[in-house]
Amino acid sequence: MDTHQEYYVPQQSHWPIVAAFGIFLTLGGLGMTLSDMQQQKDMGFSLGVFLLGAVVMAYMFAGWFGNVIRESHDGLYSDQLSGSFRRGMGWFIFSEVMFFAAFFGVLFYVRVLSIPWLGGEGDKGISHMLWPDFVAQWPLLLNPDPEHFKAPDGIIDPWHIPLLNTILLVASSFTLTFAHNALKVGNRAKVKLFMVITLALGFTFLGFQVFEYIEAYKHLNLTLETGVYASTFFLLTGFHGAHVTVGSIILLVIFVRVLKGHFSAENHFAFEAGSWYWHFVDVVWLCLFLLVYVF
Amino acid sequence: MTTQVADVEHGHENGHGPATGITRWLFTTNHKDIGTMYLIFSLVMLFIGGSMAFVIRAELFQPGLQLVEPAFFNQMITMHGLIMVFGAVMPAFVGLANWMIPMMIGAPDMALPRLNNLSFWILPFAFTMMMSTLFMDGGGPNFGWTFYAPLSTTYAPPSTTFFILAIHMMGASSIMGAINVVVTIVNMRAPGMTYMKMPMFCWTWLITAFLLIAVMPVLAGVVTMMLMDIHFGTSFFDAGGGGDPVLFQHVFWFFGHPEVYIMILPSFGVVSEVIPTFARKKLFGYHSMVYAIVAIAVLSFVVWAHHMFTVGMPLAGEIFFMYTTMLIAVPTGVKIFNWVSTMFRGSMTFETPMLYAIAFVILFTIGGLSGIMLALAPVDFVYHDTYFVVAHFHYVLVPGAIFGIFAAVYYWLPKWSGKMYDESLAKFHFWVSFIGLNLTFFPMHFVGLAGMPRRIPDYPLQFADFNMIVSIGAFMFGTSQLIFVYVLIKTLRSGEKAPQRPWEGAEGLEWTVPSPAPYHTFATPPKVD
Repeated sequence: MDTHQEYYVPQQSHWPIVAAFGIFLTLGGLGMTLSDMQQQKDMGFSLGVFLLGAVVMAYMFAGWFGNVIRESHDGLYSDQLSGSFRRGMGWFIFSEVMFFAAFFGVLFYVRVLSIPWLGGEGDKGISHMLWPDFVAQWPLLLNPDPEHFKAPDGIIDPWHIPLLNTILLVASSFTLTFAHNALKVGNRAKVKLFMVITLALGFTFLGFQVFEYIEAYKHLNLTLETGVYASTFFLLTGFHGAHVTVGSIILLVIFVRVLKGHFSAENHFAFEAGSWYWHFVDVVWLCLFLLVYVF
Repeated sequence: MTTQVADVEHGHENGHGPATGITRWLFTTNHKDIGTMYLIFSLVMLFIGGSMAFVIRAELFQPGLQLVEPAFFNQMITMHGLIMVFGAVMPAFVGLANWMIPMMIGAPDMALPRLNNLSFWILPFAFTMMMSTLFMDGGGPNFGWTFYAPLSTTYAPPSTTFFILAIHMMGASSIMGAINVVVTIVNMRAPGMTYMKMPMFCWTWLITAFLLIAVMPVLAGVVTMMLMDIHFGTSFFDAGGGGDPVLFQHVFWFFGHPEVYIMILPSFGVVSEVIPTFARKKLFGYHSMVYAIVAIAVLSFVVWAHHMFTVGMPLAGEIFFMYTTMLIAVPTGVKIFNWVSTMFRGSMTFETPMLYAIAFVILFTIGGLSGIMLALAPVDFVYHDTYFVVAHFHYVLVPGAIFGIFAAVYYWLPKWSGKMYDESLAKFHFWVSFIGLNLTFFPMHFVGLAGMPRRIPDYPLQFADFNMIVSIGAFMFGTSQLIFVYVLIKTLRSGEKAPQRPWEGAEGLEWTVPSPAPYHTFATPPKVD
């Protein structure tokens, strides 16, 4: 740390309050929509609130990040602030790790503890008397209470689309690193090429994932309502898919910024932050592939 | 843009004072403004949550149902808990962190000032959403602040959806606030301010922020699963589909137990600042204090199931969680020992912050000891869900968390406002609070041990006398907080001017700047030896 450096303190900004209001509208609208669904009412107004909130959020993100980019271009930022951004992003990713860890914990608990107990095993095997016909198994193709929870007919075969998706996502992590390395040596044509490949791989992954969900719903009766196997499956893959979507949008924005000539070989933290996020999403997928699909 | 550059070059002479009007508060990036907003928000929430406690205690003043319907009573206990935890205690700590951490480590502001403002402004919206549930069809959340499934899923009122989304907003606010604190402490310390020279308050907040970042996402996860069970037919917490309602409790308490430490560690920090000042001695065993906090934080991740001994866990689980829980008494004991040793042979004076700090040490120890009783799995079967538990956690939260906050406010108010508070009025506030809170919570131990269950609007006659005492104490404690508000207003309006260092024994960077502290405390990093 340079001891003679003056501290940088940013100007007042109206974006935080816009963001808080946007979050309120989005989540409030979501809550109203879900309530309308539950009570089978017309949900036009509620959806409108939700969409308005989403528009406010998009406007806020564009404005806030635009502001930060302008300030960065004007050379207002010190090395210290850059360190704050880096650490902030790192801790944010740690919070995301904990979010997924909770869901993997749920998967572990269900598979290793509660389903065997329902099947009559171990200390708490007494719960078997609830549904004496239930046989513990994973994947759960027979639910304890089949009257209320119809079981799925089958599960997704890991060695088709999921394997393909693994290859796509791992490859995209590599191509993104190639793009990053090219940026560091200032080879911008190469940066663009590898960014395009990364984005193409990311969007193909998402397309496959949508295809897989349609397949699950149409042919396998693997839906949210078919017991805890499907619940954990959709929870984990769904949140991962949402994160890939966000990651793709981030990379898309970064690609546009590369086209506009942003970033230098030394100063490109937005690029790095985006790529950290992408690698994180990639690692989560590897865990998913192994623990949700294969084993 | 050129004007902005000029501002930076000329330091803080132009364009960096407080803006005027409402935009100062809406658009601010200043840690002191944001800290003030957090503290005021928390005070408002304290009174809202406190008035709900009044409803509860008024109903329990006598056996029988007098004032409110049982359904409304359930909403009151739920909202009282949620508001006090998420609205009063946590924002107060974040407010203190905002005010003090940059000053204590020699930084101009928090590391990410705009994010800081967002963290605060989410809260009024989140609590608007949460409290609006009370006016919805079917009423607000009525399942207790721990919102166990299936009470909070299958049998929940329709407003639960909004409760879940409000929790999401509070969680987002806490995570952003915590990231800011960690980054500030790690990245913004003045040259020479090594980790082991950092004030204890900063250490406790660093660990607290780590806990927040680690467990708030887990809370987000558990409420998300609730939302899916309610609206999308999943069966995470429904055994019919292969899930398990007990799973809810595991995930919830994996968040909930570290949360308990989130609500006490910053108070530890405050007390570790206040006691050395008024004992005029250095803090005894600084290093062991730091290690003790770290140990408490690490252990807090492996004790969660002591909240659910009676739920039917395998024996190995009961034993594991019993022993790990009792282990926590060791680092906590180290801290109590160090505070007492700091006071030992000190030249003590008893200004209001010190009174709160000493009361903290004594009463928190009582709460800690009842905690050890509850940690013993075999006897917990007797105590579980009785008023004994209510007594225990109120003893760690009220004279623990809240007395820590009072100590901090009285200790640093001269620095914040530049004015001294009225010492005799403040002492009056202390003594009324002290007597009121013991009158409220001590008899709860007795009715609890005698078998009075928690979360009921009516009770057998045998508990009548103690409950009347508890209610009188509660009214006394609650009302005495009006004295606190009066002290604050009086200080701001007509307090005497405070010197730079109003406390003779106080050490730390915050006392090297004028009172009130300049809008941006340090323009260039101070030197720390």
